Amino acid sequence: MIEVGGVSKVFENGTVALENISARIEAGEFLALLGPSGCGKSTLLRLLAGLEAPTAGAILWAGGRPKAGEIGFVFQDATLLPWATALDNVVLPLRLLRRARGPAREEAAAALAQVGLGEFLAAKPAALSGGMKMRVSIARALVARPKILLMDEPFAALDEFTRQNLQADLRELWRRTGLTVVFVTHSTYEAAYLASRVLVMSPRPGRIAADFASTVAGEADRRDAPSYAAFVTEMSHQLRLVMPVRERAV
Amino acid sequence: MNRLVERIAPVGFGAAVLAGWQIAVWATGTPTYVVPGPWDIVTAYAASCGELNAALLSTLTVTVAALVAAAALGVVLAVAMAASALFRAAIQPWAVALQVTPLVAIAPLIILWVNQAFAALVICATIISFFPILANTAAGLAQTPPALLDLFKLNGASRWQTLLLLRLPSAVPNFLTGLRISGTLALVGAVVAEFVAGSGGFASGLAYRILEAGYRLEIPKMFAAMVLLALSGVAIYAALGGVEYLVLRRRER
Repeated sequence: MIEVGGVSKVFENGTVALENISARIEAGEFLALLGPSGCGKSTLLRLLAGLEAPTAGAILWAGGRPKAGEIGFVFQDATLLPWATALDNVVLPLRLLRRARGPAREEAAAALAQVGLGEFLAAKPAALSGGMKMRVSIARALVARPKILLMDEPFAALDEFTRQNLQADLRELWRRTGLTVVFVTHSTYEAAYLASRVLVMSPRPGRIAADFASTVAGEADRRDAPSYAAFVTEMSHQLRLVMPVRERAV
Repeated sequence: MNRLVERIAPVGFGAAVLAGWQIAVWATGTPTYVVPGPWDIVTAYAASCGELNAALLSTLTVTVAALVAAAALGVVLAVAMAASALFRAAIQPWAVALQVTPLVAIAPLIILWVNQAFAALVICATIISFFPILANTAAGLAQTPPALLDLFKLNGASRWQTLLLLRLPSAVPNFLTGLRISGTLALVGAVVAEFVAGSGGFASGLAYRILEAGYRLEIPKMFAAMVLLALSGVAIYAALGGVEYLVLRRRER
């Protein structure tokens, strides 16, 4: 579906964020980009979104570059408009895409119901918890029915209970909709739980160090499955291999 | 310290100072044309309250008109500067130059060039008060969260949509802070302009009454006019602070 061909990214200050990344992202897969901080995972996500251009290489999309609204993006923070209600925040992408007002509000309400916030349409962000704000942010990313959902460590700032709930709901949403998801994380547990495939990236300059298809079996008892623990161990081992010697010694 | 004491303290301090002042004036037998006591000021106000209130209204009209003009000018310039780097580079030094030049130095020229007295006073007060609105609004426009700008870009937002739905609403808190600072500056500007214009100006504002009372050695009346100005300044600051509080509280709750 997406062909990343020899992509490199060098920033203006000379930092080499990504070096010769090649990967294929299949339609309907849940791909986790796993790596240490500063390895260029977020940069790769921004390149996929078209928010930045690669210095070398190309990103090819089956069916041509996505148009406005065809990419859903969830940021590290919920980044909601603080003066707008949950509903108005979720309507926003449709408003920017100049969709008709009435149906847009109905779709936004449906998207909020889908993330479990059907009762909170009129709440402003200040009245919502961190997890609820992130749910609004996910509803906002889904409301325009994007071809792909890009998520940049969306749950990193949440407490463990909230995080596990959101992970379970996200996985359920993916299974139900068959959406293509690219999810940046630095947690092997999160990657193992959520993803159907994991790309492990090395520290800067970011390269792809390993490509795992998920071997985790089970859905309801996923976190308790022996295959989950085994997959986490396998990825942790791979992460240790790609870390520089200095870091490994600590 | 409990809240009640905290509320009463400034009032108590003021009353003590006024009482001390009144006693000192009585005890030393100071003539009212040198230092009038608080009671002389109150009686002077009572004797010419119609005239002084009309003068206050005139000065406040200039102040409010200037503040509205400053808000419009400040926001328009801030938006233009946010939209175009070239415009910002061209305008910013001149805006600063206008801000740092003392109003008393420019006011005579403006009063000479602008024939209509009210307009001349409003222009003077606008010049001194627009800068905090411009600077604060420009800072607010520049601080729009980058992630939200990305979100707008991903959904194909036009520049207009980004300005109206994101940049301007994000800058509202900064604008209101600027407005509060500019409110008291507009009053200062109106008074300075009235002083410079003298009898050639509107000839009805509080500053003119101060000048007039000074020439006639009606010092208690002069003090009464000054007290009215000080109270107006405090009232403007408090009112704009209240607007800021209410708008910001309402909008995020």
